[in-house]
Amino acid sequence: ILLLTLSVVASARAQLCEPDAQNAFKVRLSIKTALGDDAYAWDANEEYLFKAMVAFAMRRYSSKSTTQISDVLLCNVTDRVSFWFVVTDASKNVTTVPGSEVEAAIRMNRNRINSAFLLSDKTLQFLKITSTLSPPVEPSTPVWLIVFGVVLCLIVAGIIFLIVAGIQQHKKKNKESTERENLEEKGEVTLTVENGIPCETLDLKAGHINGVFAADDERFTSL
Amino acid sequence: QAMEKSRPLWDNPLQFVFACISYAVGLGNVWRFPYLCQMYGGGGFLIPYFIMLIAEGMPLLYLELAVGQRMRQGSIGAWKIISPYLCGVGVASVVVSFFLSMYYNVINAWAFWYLFHSFQDPLPWATCPLNSNRTGYEEECEKTSSTQYFWYRQTLNISPSLEVSGSVQWEQALCLTLAWLVVYLCILRGTESTGKVVYVTASLPYCVLIIYLIRGLTLHGAVNGLVYMFTPKLEQLSNPKTWISAATQIFFSLGLGFGSLIAFASYNEPSNNCERHAIIVSLINSATSIFASIVTFSIYGFKATFNYESCINKVILLLMNAFDLEEGSLTADNLNEMKDYLMATHPQEYVQLLPQLKNCSLEAELDTAVQGTGLAFIVYSEAIKNMEVPQLYSVLYFVMLLMLGIGSMLGNTAAILTPLTDSRVIATRFPKEVISGVVCFINCVIGLIFTMESGSYWFDIFNDYAATLSLLLIVLVETIAVCYIYGIRRFEKDLHNMIGRKPNWYWKIMWAFASPLLIISLFLFYLTDYILTGTLQYQAWDATQGQLVTKDYPGYALAVIGLLVAASIMCIPLGALLTFIRKRLKRESISTV
Repeated sequence: ILLLTLSVVASARAQLCEPDAQNAFKVRLSIKTALGDDAYAWDANEEYLFKAMVAFAMRRYSSKSTTQISDVLLCNVTDRVSFWFVVTDASKNVTTVPGSEVEAAIRMNRNRINSAFLLSDKTLQFLKITSTLSPPVEPSTPVWLIVFGVVLCLIVAGIIFLIVAGIQQHKKKNKESTERENLEEKGEVTLTVENGIPCETLDLKAGHINGVFAADDERFTSL
Repeated sequence: QAMEKSRPLWDNPLQFVFACISYAVGLGNVWRFPYLCQMYGGGGFLIPYFIMLIAEGMPLLYLELAVGQRMRQGSIGAWKIISPYLCGVGVASVVVSFFLSMYYNVINAWAFWYLFHSFQDPLPWATCPLNSNRTGYEEECEKTSSTQYFWYRQTLNISPSLEVSGSVQWEQALCLTLAWLVVYLCILRGTESTGKVVYVTASLPYCVLIIYLIRGLTLHGAVNGLVYMFTPKLEQLSNPKTWISAATQIFFSLGLGFGSLIAFASYNEPSNNCERHAIIVSLINSATSIFASIVTFSIYGFKATFNYESCINKVILLLMNAFDLEEGSLTADNLNEMKDYLMATHPQEYVQLLPQLKNCSLEAELDTAVQGTGLAFIVYSEAIKNMEVPQLYSVLYFVMLLMLGIGSMLGNTAAILTPLTDSRVIATRFPKEVISGVVCFINCVIGLIFTMESGSYWFDIFNDYAATLSLLLIVLVETIAVCYIYGIRRFEKDLHNMIGRKPNWYWKIMWAFASPLLIISLFLFYLTDYILTGTLQYQAWDATQGQLVTKDYPGYALAVIGLLVAASIMCIPLGALLTFIRKRLKRESISTV
């Protein structure tokens, strides 16, 4: 009779863990995607570890929880590696812990569970439990503003430098031309002038060089 | 005694050639030519392209350079010398250049924006941002891709349609101001500063293109793109649109009719060999287009292969999860057999899954032809985010875009400033730094329109309509003026004086007959195309669907388009009319005296 009751209890418990059962969750692992050549095979030991982690999560979530490893039931393990699990309540006979509690417990300890299996949120998926995605690291000042500021300062510095240099050049030219005018009035410098243009400028490339008449290299006679 | 102010000159002919190359080689070579090549027959497109280059590109370029070098004035002064009735042509050129500089610098602002955002790891357009309660990604980003989301939402913050103007985006306004400051720095001192800058803006893009060529050709899947795009589809040669697109591309790629080439050439020494330079510049421009399209196609191939393989991996994952198959049992190679096997063994579940199973096709990915800002900012950034060390390639690429854009801007602003500095009225009162500053400031303020939420739509209006018809008409009038009003014999003599030899029969035939005929046919084609299509439409971004939808332009937008086209074209007859009236009045005042 003892054997009978034990087997009845065992089968009743087994019925708790079924695909789409109440309070049951499907888990999917992608070990080969995550680890490549270092992938481990999924066997009974790994299943034991999983049960232990779930029990650990339940205990950590609620201090009065007394979940044992044997309370976590796994079933329908496939080659994918995916399976369903359910957490039974030892105190009340043959019932499962409400799914919301399990969900909260897993969510709280997701990091620990992931690292136990060397996986991440994407490769160890609890299908009904959405994970909160970690926000990207945002620096206090956006990076682009810093680069913008640097470039802006360089450009403005360049503009100011060129403008100031231009003004100084302009002043120097004005001073030179007034000096030259003063010297001309005093008659001390004989300036050769042709059509109102001082001859020095004609020698520079800024003058008009008429290629057709370039044959003779006449010197302009001084006045 | 006032010294006669001599005209500033380029330090050496190389600066002039670099300036022309820097101006002609612009964003169109990178984002328009590859698209045309792909749409109109791949490798076969090169045939009409080269024919048009010889028939239209080189002669018209030589013409403009010769006119500028001979007259030694900006566009307004040069055409006034050719015939006083033609001053309107010069004014029309300046008006078109003004419109162009208003909207073109916005591209540089966008390039700056992307450049500044390239200094992050990971790149901001590589992943979607999280939604407010951090359970998933932003909805709009989920529907489309992260690169498109970054462009439409985080860069442009685009509104659903043209009518919804929205507010000015301060980030874009800042970048636009910076872009104008950079342009001002380069043109501040006239040819003195421009001449030095063009060394960089002309040569740097080639360095980057070479780096990208090496990187592009070594990317996984690049060969797919190259083979698919370059295999000639010669049947496209019978399509008239192919020839029209080739002619249009050559025409606009060289930047004829804006007055920039006349402005650049006016700073030449009169004995400069502009014939040789015209041939060199046009050949380099076309060679750059082809070079850029090789790079673009290898990038396309990489992106298409990457997307295709992601698609296949998604299908594999879906099947594995649905049927709980072992990892690694489904691969790209055995996918088709496994699909048949699964259909046979689990028919009901397979049928349920069928709508989610996408048919992945490499050809479909390669066929997505993109041009314009979409290519430059979306497709390329998508390819870059998948490369190794994406920050480096991103910085290089956007610096190249900046160089290309600024090089073209230098030409545009030269086209506006040279006539202003040539005119005695303005130049004697204000130094050229002030004139340049005022022009840049006005353009920057007007350019703020393009930084609004609907700015991208206005950008498209300006891009498509501000220059197209007007330029064709301007260049047509230019060619006819030089050949028939000024006289081709007089022009021959001028060229002989300048270069030392007369142009041969090829140039004369092209100038007198071939090029004008080509331009007239292009003009007529575009006119009939606009008239036949009725209402003009544009692509608007629909945030709820995550894709572009076609909408009609509202009434006032059509009015603006009409105004843009009319403002420049009307200058030509108005100029002639004004000169006629002025001469009449002078004759009357002389006769009464």
